[in-house]
Amino acid sequence: MILPRGVADLVDFTWLIGGPQGSGVETASTIFSRVCAKAGYQIFGKREFHSNIKGEHSYFEVRVSNKTVRSNSSAVDLMVSYDAETIFRHYSTVAPGGSIIYDLDMRDTETVDVATMDPYFKERLHAEIRRLGVPPTVRGVLDAAARSGVRTYPVSFRDLLADLAEQHGNPRLKLMKRMYNVLGVSLSAGLVGLPRDLLLGSVQDVFSKKAMVKKLNADAAAHAYDSGADLGDLAHALAGAEKLPGTALVQGHQGTAIGKMVAGCRFQSYYPITPASDESVYLESNEILDVKHAGPGSISVVQTEDEISAIGMMIGAALTGVRSSTSTSGPGFSLMAEALGWAGINEVPVVITLYQRSGPSTGLPTRHGQDDLLFAVFGGHGEFPRIVYASGDIEESFYDTCLCFNYSDVYQLPVIHMMDKFLSSTTVTCPVFDPSRITIDRGRLLDSIDGEYRRFQLGGDGISPRSYLGLKDGIFWNTGDESDETGHITEDPVVRRQMMDKRLSRMDIVLERVPEEEQAVCHRTGEYTIVSWGSTKGPILDALEMLESEGVSVGFIQIKMLHPFPARRVERLLEGARVVIDVESNQTGQMGKLFSQSIFRRIDHYILKYTGRGMTCDELHDAISDIIRGGAPHRTVLMHGS
Amino acid sequence: MALRVADYKTDVHNDWCPGCGDFGIVNAIQMALAEMGIERDQATIFSGVGCSGKTSHFINTYGIHTLHGRVLTFAQGAKVANPDLTVVAVGGDGDGLGIGAGHFVAAGRRDIDMTYIIFDNGVYGLTKGQASPTLKLGEQPKSLPKPNLNYNVNPIGLAITSGYTFVARGYSYDIRHLKDMIMQAVRHRGTSFLDVLQPCPTYNDINTRDWYAGLDMKDVAERHSRIYKLEDTGYDPAVHYADRGDLDEKISQALIRSLDWGDKIPIGVFYKNEHITSFETRMQEHIPNYIENPPARQRISEEGSPLTDVSGLLGSLLV
Repeated sequence: MILPRGVADLVDFTWLIGGPQGSGVETASTIFSRVCAKAGYQIFGKREFHSNIKGEHSYFEVRVSNKTVRSNSSAVDLMVSYDAETIFRHYSTVAPGGSIIYDLDMRDTETVDVATMDPYFKERLHAEIRRLGVPPTVRGVLDAAARSGVRTYPVSFRDLLADLAEQHGNPRLKLMKRMYNVLGVSLSAGLVGLPRDLLLGSVQDVFSKKAMVKKLNADAAAHAYDSGADLGDLAHALAGAEKLPGTALVQGHQGTAIGKMVAGCRFQSYYPITPASDESVYLESNEILDVKHAGPGSISVVQTEDEISAIGMMIGAALTGVRSSTSTSGPGFSLMAEALGWAGINEVPVVITLYQRSGPSTGLPTRHGQDDLLFAVFGGHGEFPRIVYASGDIEESFYDTCLCFNYSDVYQLPVIHMMDKFLSSTTVTCPVFDPSRITIDRGRLLDSIDGEYRRFQLGGDGISPRSYLGLKDGIFWNTGDESDETGHITEDPVVRRQMMDKRLSRMDIVLERVPEEEQAVCHRTGEYTIVSWGSTKGPILDALEMLESEGVSVGFIQIKMLHPFPARRVERLLEGARVVIDVESNQTGQMGKLFSQSIFRRIDHYILKYTGRGMTCDELHDAISDIIRGGAPHRTVLMHGS
Repeated sequence: MALRVADYKTDVHNDWCPGCGDFGIVNAIQMALAEMGIERDQATIFSGVGCSGKTSHFINTYGIHTLHGRVLTFAQGAKVANPDLTVVAVGGDGDGLGIGAGHFVAAGRRDIDMTYIIFDNGVYGLTKGQASPTLKLGEQPKSLPKPNLNYNVNPIGLAITSGYTFVARGYSYDIRHLKDMIMQAVRHRGTSFLDVLQPCPTYNDINTRDWYAGLDMKDVAERHSRIYKLEDTGYDPAVHYADRGDLDEKISQALIRSLDWGDKIPIGVFYKNEHITSFETRMQEHIPNYIENPPARQRISEEGSPLTDVSGLLGSLLV
């Protein structure tokens, strides 16, 4: 049995499966994640993939534990592979004492045979292979891995299919290479001793649509599971854990999608873009909604011709009083910048869910990045109020989505909800979302008009009662020009000043009225305190736990409202901190810039990552340790990941 | 009390140039709304940006003056969310066929029940008369430093091939006819497109009111208005049968007529097809109660608590 790293009774196990895109890596990972979750484990799984439909390398790492896990670790305990590229790319991440299951057929494959490995990676690989003094083949690097204490298990995937063909009396099954993914996950499950019935149940769930396919895959899984169990002495590594009641297995986009349903979003427009469209597709797949004490409701999901249309339609729908949103990524958000200002000047409540990826331009279209913060805060011409709000994990994103809709209604402005690829391509266990914790506040939305109505009536706190298209006697005008109280165009300097002040005074109002714990979460404080935002939360909390077990306590302030920036709260929380460390997934430390422009103290260290890959807790742990040890550079760049 | 045309007018000062063709269009819209008896708060005029963009401020209904080229996107979103609204979108030819051309085509594909009116004058008036997408090749209105280098877009032909199910043209100085076109367009179920020839008296010194009237024709005895009405020629724009034969014929004749220019310029309905499934009907195939319970009619909360019940979805996520 593998002794998991760390404490003896702690299970902390990372499984990696890789293969060409289109070969079912994701399906295999779904099965593995479900089996582990059903066996009572907490999991954190994340997919890495190329901008490609078929053939390029993709892989999925699932971290399995009997405690909460929120990030990947850098080392792999069990890797399964049915293609050579996975071996070449990942053999060196398998920890000593870890295992590799691989397909016997590719043992003699040479690095030069793998066309999908780009020259930059090959060059680094060849240098490593020369250093190791092994031949440039799968066998060569596996021998090197074995020398460092990794167990390697050759399995003939072809023979497994031949057995299946014989069992079914169908020789054509011998050629069913598309089942290699199920063979891979089942071999793994057998080797680590996951419960067999859970595996077969999960395989049947995943292939539930066609009876024949379901039966075939279940038979293949059963056979491969038994073969895996016979491979070695790893059994009971993952025999099961105590299941926490109310645990859900959720995918990245489900937090915001289900959040939108509960928040009462009834219109979503979108243009296809990675990694945002999964959310819209999920909403459309579940467009009919159960409603308490009433017949079914629905969300109208419209796929538009571009993101300009997506934001225009969303605004049009919002003007009818309907909670409306769109979901996009950086390139799409760039196209939305002009209309964002229109929503701002006309005080239209809308929610834009911004699933960031690596830019600029098309950038790394399927990879992670937190590059769009400053653009979300400043994008668009002219000065107008907006809220930029970031979620740290999938569970949070459910509750935050509902908060974002409330903010937009109450303060009558566009809200940009920051998500990213790290979150969207993640599968995790977490406490199931609790809709009873949600409240809906529509702010000053009117349901009838009494007397004369002016949409942008001045006075009070500057937030005017809001009519909507079709409301009796509630006629108003909107324009992208500056306007008077009725919404008609004016260029009068006095009215201009009144209207600008009316709109922009809202930024102070937001900071006054939004509860402080919604603005920034203080996980703990310390002499060394991390400030960060968004999806770095998971790796940070895991890294801090690692440090804690070493007797080192580090603080962490998670800033959720990035605009308006909660300077006073953050400053107060940092009073006891001597060293402030900014952790972000971008090159320039964008949140650090917002921090520095509103708080009179410096960021002492930056830990940044902009390779397109998410942070692992180990590399973050190491970087923080270096800072505490002293002598670390002002700026550390993390590099883990293939 | 019956609504009168005056009820649809605002007291906003109209700053269009004297003699602008836009006045006729606004009047015709107001007349059409009054004659159809559409309640003011049940109608929304969406407008683009440019001289025509100000239209929504002159009409006393809900009025949404949007962004350059994007008027159709706002209008469609509102109509999908609240299908009970009467939605009329207006904008210039540069707005709709230049910067907004992608939306123009996509709106035809959707065929949502609304009306789009293009104020077509061949120039970008508000930016001092540059060539717009409908200006003909080689023409040089007075603000152009050189003759127009580009061919023109054909709004009628583009609309028909994009899927608009009602395609017509009006002339801003024939207000009665224009009002009739607008009423037909608004009553049509699906996206109706109306191309309105609208002289810009300040920047287009070629396609002027006098030019449309034929006053420039050399042979005084033969002078005639360039504009003629399709309906006066026995032209039948309607697709009567949902078969290829009739469709081919009606599309072909409309495309041929759409190419007419010069001394004989047709106005009237070019093409009308009521055999296409409306967007609302297609939505109902996905959401059976969409018409009775569209987004705008749905209650989402009760005393601050959400009414949406996602327990089924959440249950499926439990492990």
